[in-house]
Amino acid sequence: MLWLKWKRWVTDRFLLLLQETSTGLASVQTKSAASPELVSGLVYFSSPSGNTHRFVERLGLPAERIPPRASEPMLKATQPFVLITPTYADGEGRGAVHKQVIRFLNDAANRTLLRGVIASGNRNFGAFFAYAGTIIAAKCNCPCLYKFELAGTDSDIARVRQGLDLFWKQQLSISQ
Amino acid sequence: MTIHSAIKPVAKAVNWNRLQDEKDLEIWNRLTANFWLPEKVPLSNDIQSWASLKPEEQQLTIRVFTGLTLLDTIQNTVGAPALMADAVTPHEEAVLTNIAFMEAVHARSYSSVFSTLCRTAEVDDAFRWSEENEHLQAKSRLILEEYNATSSPLKKKIASVFLESFLFYSGFYLPMHWSSRAKLTNTADLIRLIIRDEAVHGYYIGYKFQRALERLPEAERAEIKDFAFSLLLDLYGLETHYTEELYDPLGLTEDVKHFLHYNANKALQNLGFEGLFPEAICQVNPAIMASLSPNADENHDFFSGSGSSYVIGKAVATEDEDWDF
Ligand SMILES: [Fe+2]
Ligand SMILES: [Fe+2]
Repeated sequence: MLWLKWKRWVTDRFLLLLQETSTGLASVQTKSAASPELVSGLVYFSSPSGNTHRFVERLGLPAERIPPRASEPMLKATQPFVLITPTYADGEGRGAVHKQVIRFLNDAANRTLLRGVIASGNRNFGAFFAYAGTIIAAKCNCPCLYKFELAGTDSDIARVRQGLDLFWKQQLSISQ
Repeated sequence: MTIHSAIKPVAKAVNWNRLQDEKDLEIWNRLTANFWLPEKVPLSNDIQSWASLKPEEQQLTIRVFTGLTLLDTIQNTVGAPALMADAVTPHEEAVLTNIAFMEAVHARSYSSVFSTLCRTAEVDDAFRWSEENEHLQAKSRLILEEYNATSSPLKKKIASVFLESFLFYSGFYLPMHWSSRAKLTNTADLIRLIIRDEAVHGYYIGYKFQRALERLPEAERAEIKDFAFSLLLDLYGLETHYTEELYDPLGLTEDVKHFLHYNANKALQNLGFEGLFPEAICQVNPAIMASLSPNADENHDFFSGSGSSYVIGKAVATEDEDWDF
């Protein structure tokens, strides 16, 4: 595992710099160690490039996947959920939401259980970075909770875990 | 006896209605929708702004752009054609011809900037500089070694993703920096079109890399991953020298290096790997990020605000006709 050796070498090399600048990062890491109590679900879409799948794996929360191909039977949500989806927009923002995600949301039963959306993308797309989140929030009248790039960073993982925990607690207090 | 049974086709017509990999059509559609030419950008609006730069700032900008031209020239004439030989579907080959052509458009567009803003002699000097600069030539050499026909298809793809998702960024930094100071803003618009294209190129070639990698046995996968991290570190070493030489006089080197770390990690993610550089040294100057994504939603983290700050979008009609509720 030469690559791990390189990674350690890089981390060591920047250790001094890290100690000077990483107070923020350290606090994020401690927070991520606390495991959030989830009251509700996650649904995600990931194409075979797998960035969102890797993000959800690292989140370590139970999640259901929308099937990548139209030939497979569509997922039926059974409880309130937050949707995590990548963005497929061209330079004008067209086609941001994958057809399979549209199919899933076209089912009114699924749509009524949607509580919020988290979208990924690439900042190279400028104004249309993670635009799927903006589109779905507008179409389905739900909040866009977070945007991240590609497979996300460790801070993204920590923020989303904390954020979801808080979000579901708020949802619970609203519904009671 | 049938007369046609013995005929073996010497060539096959590409049928876009029979896909082996749906990603090919998805990327074809995105790339063709994104097609552009430099004439689309009113570069001459930057003439006054160019005149406001100090001579050493002008020279740096011209040099950075010749460095970028060199990388696009390599992608256009060697990189994308080398990947074509390894294509596993006829549609992938077609997508790569689009990528190859857009690399020519990118390379050509820097010359549009030059002819609009600069004096011929200064530009000729910079092209000579790009041929003589040891760091620029060294990184070209590392990449071209992997594009060699004898190299493995996987290593070619790694080199390509590193060129498109990492090596460009020491150069892209400068127009984003000028734009954040309201300088050369039209040139920055043109560079952002290139940056957008490179994102799709890196994503697609990284995707094809992952498909090929998953067919290999575990031991070979590990070897390829080691190769990728080693090559990235070799390129990073050259990039730090290149960056210091160019940006030390302006005092921007450390800022540029953060941008390099951030993009190196994104390049690794395109290949399906984890990042190499710790997050603390990937924090990019917010002015550069804003310049990279102007008009993007300011706040991407509604979790961190109070519940009332959740932005629920206005019900806007999207152009996608497939939403039927
Ligand atoms: Fe390019
Ligand atoms: Fe490219």
